[in-house]
Amino acid sequence: MYVYDEYDQRIIEDRVKQFRDQTRRYLAGELSEEEFRPLRLQNGLYIQRFAPMLRVAVPYGQLTSRQTRMLAKIARDYDKGYAHISTRQNVQYNWPALEDIPEILAELATVQMHAIQTSGNCLRNVTTDQFAGVAADEVIDPRPWCEIVRQWTTFHPEFAYLPRKFKIAINGASSDRAAIEVHDIGLEPVHNAAGELGFRVLVGGGLGRTPVVGAFINEFLPWQDLLSYLDAILRVYNRYGRRDNKYKARIKILVKALTPDVFAEKVEAEMAHLRGGSTTLTEAEVHRVAKHFVDPEYLALSNLDSELDALNNEHPGFARWRTRNTLAHKKPGYVAVTLSLKPTGVAPGDLTDKQLDAVADLAERYSFGQLRTSHEQNIILADVEQRQLHALWLELREGGFATPNIGLLTDIICCPGGDFCSLANAKSIPIAESIQRRFDNLDYLFDIGELDLNISGCMNACGHHHVGHIGILGVDKKGEEFYQVSLGGSASRDASLGKILGPSFAQDAMPDVIEKLINVYVEKRTEDERFIDTYQRIGIDPFKERVYAANH
Amino acid sequence: MQRIIKNNQIVDETWHLLPKDVTLEQLSNCDDYIVPLQLWREHAHALKARDGGLGVWLDSDEEAEEIGDQVGNFQVIALNFPAFTDGRNYSNARLLRDRYQFKGELRAIGDILRDQLFYLARCGFDAFAIRADKDPEEALQSLQDFSVTYQAATDEPLPLFRRR
Ligand code: HEM
Ligand code: SF4
Repeated sequence: MYVYDEYDQRIIEDRVKQFRDQTRRYLAGELSEEEFRPLRLQNGLYIQRFAPMLRVAVPYGQLTSRQTRMLAKIARDYDKGYAHISTRQNVQYNWPALEDIPEILAELATVQMHAIQTSGNCLRNVTTDQFAGVAADEVIDPRPWCEIVRQWTTFHPEFAYLPRKFKIAINGASSDRAAIEVHDIGLEPVHNAAGELGFRVLVGGGLGRTPVVGAFINEFLPWQDLLSYLDAILRVYNRYGRRDNKYKARIKILVKALTPDVFAEKVEAEMAHLRGGSTTLTEAEVHRVAKHFVDPEYLALSNLDSELDALNNEHPGFARWRTRNTLAHKKPGYVAVTLSLKPTGVAPGDLTDKQLDAVADLAERYSFGQLRTSHEQNIILADVEQRQLHALWLELREGGFATPNIGLLTDIICCPGGDFCSLANAKSIPIAESIQRRFDNLDYLFDIGELDLNISGCMNACGHHHVGHIGILGVDKKGEEFYQVSLGGSASRDASLGKILGPSFAQDAMPDVIEKLINVYVEKRTEDERFIDTYQRIGIDPFKERVYAANH
Repeated sequence: MQRIIKNNQIVDETWHLLPKDVTLEQLSNCDDYIVPLQLWREHAHALKARDGGLGVWLDSDEEAEEIGDQVGNFQVIALNFPAFTDGRNYSNARLLRDRYQFKGELRAIGDILRDQLFYLARCGFDAFAIRADKDPEEALQSLQDFSVTYQAATDEPLPLFRRR
């Protein structure tokens, strides 16, 4: 976990001071609504249906127990006692008062946290794999690179007023759990023939109104050039990205208009000037940052396969939970555990102040006082000893975190939708809940297997519906809330965008529609096929026919 | 008279900022003018031959490259922000300073408000024509908004990681 030095600390404290004064001037009428808006947005503050919404940065999803307790305190003191994990690994509060925001930021700063650039047309929070540093398939630990990029993004003077928001994701493993192909910039490590480290660079991915899978424009960028290359890309985008139409302002539109090859040439032309400059990364800096991410003090343990299998036999519930909510760890004797924030009946990704405190305690007792958030809106304890797994499971059950549904149909990614968001066409949380209720039977749920179901309340796509195996999008039909379904999206390696099934459905039809889709899959699948595999083999038509068949 | 922030002080404006549709005939010989890029394109010779001071201004959709090898002709280059949220001229400023080595006054004009000054200064602006309805004295304070910066920029050629 990166620990701030006095410089990092001063920067966030200066920000608190600056924002306190901006808020004061706004409330005193010295700053107009229009002038204040971009300032508050760059501090994570939206004005929503009922109150402002504050988005707190959780850089690349890493939290300590101490920080988590602060998040709990803020939920308690300034909100209605809960917080929400967002699909970009951040934490959102739905009910703070504008006057309190400077105080909230001051409290956050005491635990090295902030809300800098969590919204607005600027460089946003960098995201990565929630299993960074512990995954068995890791090539490099992406977290030092995330931190280096985070510092580069923070108050970058040239790129504070971009045409549109800008999101960077970094993957470090052979599978892509960071969804880099649907980001404005995606980075992943490669080694060249000489064994030197570099990055593959993708640009122009994104969801929203015009979903696009990005294009790789550089297959080997030496690591030393990482920040200069980001400067070059952003400079091209800042100068030539469209500013006349906010729906055409993302970098993906520019890359498409120019073609990825021409875009890459423009970046290369900038690099000709920037390469070798003072922004060239040094080994000293990479080491300075990387030493914050060395392994915790792991014990010399061995894997407990047979012991755990014996426990499986005794406790079927434990067995079930183990298959879904734990992931192999690079260290023998350890395992990574996902806490499900998707029990039926709770808005996906929501947790209360008490739960936040409980998670902080669990992290302290079971996982070196550290935890992570995931873009699937769950929480991870990354370093749990296998010999404590059963005890942890018992505690997680008490805390309501042990729903064994990670990666299954009910582990729904869902935006706040019409219940909170003023841009929504339709509600999304009640749809998630009605589907969770329909698929409440665990045997059935397990039989269906891995399935990403994502819901957004409008085409801004906060709930990533384009990349769900099943995607649900809220649409407005003559003032009524309807839902459009798409199939076949994927956010992992070789990402793909879902295809629209057909005309949209009313809210109360949705559980039936999903059930019909699942029935087609269950009938047509071959052994070992996941929903997405069957879909890719048989295409959309059988699903379409079933769902739209006239009722008899 | 408009007052300008220049080198961290407030001074009275002595330059005439000319609109885009100005013609050469409207200029006197001795006044100090900041002319639109188009006039410079068409009448560079005549403009250089005048006795008064010469500056040029670029709008946010005009490119620093166009005057890159001519910057020595100007005492002032002004970059216009039609709206403070239009960030293109931050990049033009850096190109003029870092790539084309412009050493004269680099002035931000248009929708210039105090909350952007810190970034503008980092990109090489040393003069700011604060929007007429705002107080430049108050704006001056914002040049001190941050005491530490991470990136290399025109005001600080080394990134923090080479200084910490
Ligand atoms: C409730 C207030 C919210 C508002 C007003 C809001 C607004 C927006 C807007 C306008 C966009 C579209 C940007 C574009 O056109 O490119 C967007 C995209 C996005 N939002 Fe939100 N959002 C909200 C909440 C959330 C939440 C709670 C999450 C996480 C669960 C989230 C995650 C995202 C993501 C991931 C995208 C990006 C999709 C892309 O890559 O283009 N948003 N949001
Ligand atoms: S997808 Fe639409 S409805 Fe949902 S949070 Fe984003 S902007 Fe709001």
